[in-house]
Amino acid sequence: MRMQTPMRTPLKQARGLGSARGGAEHFWRQRITALANVPLTVFFLYTLVTLAGADHATVVAYFKFPISALLIMLFVISSAWHMMLGLQVIIEDYIHHEGFKIAALIGNILFTAFFGLICIYAIVKLSLGG
Amino acid sequence: MVQFTLPKNSKITKGTVHEKPVDAKNLKEFRIYRWNPEDGKNPHVDTYFIDLDECGPMVLDALIKIKNDQDSTLTFRRSCREGVCGSCSMNIDGTNSLACTKGIDEVKGAVKIYPLPHTGVVKDLIPDLTNFYAQHASIAPFLKTETPEPEKEWPQSRDDRAKLDGLYECILCASCSTSCPSYWWNEDRYLGPAILLQAYRWIIDSRDEATGERLDNLEDPFRLYRCHTILNCTKTCPKGLNPARAIANIKRLLIERRF
Ligand code: SF4
Ligand code: FES
Repeated sequence: MRMQTPMRTPLKQARGLGSARGGAEHFWRQRITALANVPLTVFFLYTLVTLAGADHATVVAYFKFPISALLIMLFVISSAWHMMLGLQVIIEDYIHHEGFKIAALIGNILFTAFFGLICIYAIVKLSLGG
Repeated sequence: MVQFTLPKNSKITKGTVHEKPVDAKNLKEFRIYRWNPEDGKNPHVDTYFIDLDECGPMVLDALIKIKNDQDSTLTFRRSCREGVCGSCSMNIDGTNSLACTKGIDEVKGAVKIYPLPHTGVVKDLIPDLTNFYAQHASIAPFLKTETPEPEKEWPQSRDDRAKLDGLYECILCASCSTSCPSYWWNEDRYLGPAILLQAYRWIIDSRDEATGERLDNLEDPFRLYRCHTILNCTKTCPKGLNPARAIANIKRLLIERRF
């Protein structure tokens, strides 16, 4: 965005509102969730293949086993978190209108929380025998 | 800001095809972006032909020859003509480079020359680097110390001096920054590869005492973390430097100091 605002020096514009003193946390979490996603995705794919075409009872039996339920929950949390962090970057990259940007950032968090919770709820329900 | 089309007054139109030099055997075609802020016209691409037998080997030689022999209105910046001043950076054959170190024979077919991408144009091949220079000033590109100055000089070990290699050579030509999509979209807040490489040059300097303050000033989602490791910077740098690695090192230090 080129914004030569009249009567403001280039240095004033380059400095803007100053450093937010943040971002390392975001960067670190994105890396950690990415790392966690590697084995978790493998396990998720394994689950998909194992349960492909299975009937309801088999699926319930699979999720009754705590390790599988927990690993799938971890997969949901890690990948949803990773998605949220990634979408945030994309929003910051491309949406420059302050109002839209804030709305999109809030929407991103709510969207992720909502769908993450739905998945977790489904897993809990299955592992409890539903 | 992301723009998918050029603004109306920036749309490039067809330009003049200048006459071929007579009796020339070794002709090379040059297609050059032209824009004059004073004539009210849209930018256009002019075509020139150069007799390579009568011209030096570099793209800058051809530009100077065109300016001297064919069209004195052609406007570009140059000074050292040996790759140390950084004035003559432009987009040659689709890549940002220095006209004075880019050989004409490196380009197959017509040599297409444009100003550095996504910059405002002052005239023809001259980009407006006001913001770029202001960003450079914003990182305080000089030694900061609080310890009283020693009588002679600030000593530095050989190993520490070696850490500046690959950084101090940067001539601030802006080729890397203007090749970076992230810088295109957010040049008002993202510092871009060149300035971050310069910032790292002072962060890693063993004599500088403002390391933490410098890192504080960079720890920002836009100033630093708009870098998505696209690596256009490293690919394009005409001095063979690696701004992407400097940026990765800054990110590493920001993690390192947390634990
Ligand atoms: S890092 Fe290379 S391309 Fe970037 S400004 Fe310095 S010399 Fe130019
Ligand atoms: S004229 Fe100095 S770098 Fe090209």
